[in-house]
Amino acid sequence: MFHIYCPHCCEYREEEEFHASGQAHIPRPLDPDACTDKEWGEFMYFRANPRGIHHELWVHGAGCRKYFNITRNTHTYEILEVYKVGEKPSVVANEAK
Amino acid sequence: MSDVTVEAMEGKVVTNQLPTGAIVGESPLHHSDLASIAEKGPQQGGVHFHERKLKGLLTLRCTPSVEQLSLIESLLGVALPMQPLTSVTADAISVRWMSPDEWLIIVDGEQAFELETRFQEKFSGHYALVNISGGTTIFEVSGSHVVDMLKKSTPVDLHASEFPVGKVVSTVFAKSGATICRLADEKFELVVRRSFADYLWLWIQDASREYGLVVKA
Ligand SMILES: [Zn+2]
Repeated sequence: MFHIYCPHCCEYREEEEFHASGQAHIPRPLDPDACTDKEWGEFMYFRANPRGIHHELWVHGAGCRKYFNITRNTHTYEILEVYKVGEKPSVVANEAK
Repeated sequence: MSDVTVEAMEGKVVTNQLPTGAIVGESPLHHSDLASIAEKGPQQGGVHFHERKLKGLLTLRCTPSVEQLSLIESLLGVALPMQPLTSVTADAISVRWMSPDEWLIIVDGEQAFELETRFQEKFSGHYALVNISGGTTIFEVSGSHVVDMLKKSTPVDLHASEFPVGKVVSTVFAKSGATICRLADEKFELVVRRSFADYLWLWIQDASREYGLVVKA
């Protein structure tokens, strides 16, 4: 059993109820028509794939059907925090490497 | 250039989804003839099954303001349950919290159209009210072994300390989904998709076999 906390239902639920939806915090370009092909391509297709701390968008698909963010360690699978869309993560990767 | 001007439509269209006249509404378990099973089948067992068929179910979506909240309360006769996973069960109406901006309203089948009409007349602002009666049905399961049967079907913790009377969760149920509300210590309501109703009825029969299943009319 692997439990994930839903910040909307405010309780832990079985992983089976959730679905990962990829990298979080990807802003849609405000004016898509003004984007170069490279900018638009990067927005559409290019995603970070870090080993370590990663911010991901998840959806409580079988529950409240709301999206929220998870900060997860892709190496250990440990979930470090859960926060709502629009909020900032408090756990971030150390950029100095 | 067209000389037709498009106006914001003020009128809201509400359609009565109940068939009239000679057409009789059928529950998704119509073919199972639950009434005959209730009469001729086992009268004792650990799990009791009852279909609350042809109820009126409305989905309300909004992020209500204080004014909207009091208007909703006056329209429904009960206050919206605002706390996550809570519900209100009264004689004529039940309201289930579904998500932070979504509620499921359950009334008698004939009352859905009337409530919907009244709601659309009086309510304003940013919201949606949709009649989903045709896509759903309600199972009521109870009995001394009902929790054992449910444990085979859903990963949700059903212990009374975690799942008290009145709590409602939407979750996975037997590879399908259900909105489960605890009505009493040994009584649960399952709101399920119409298209999954027959599969779930078969599942519940199988999961209840070792405890004995009693169908209630
Ligand atoms: Zn949730």
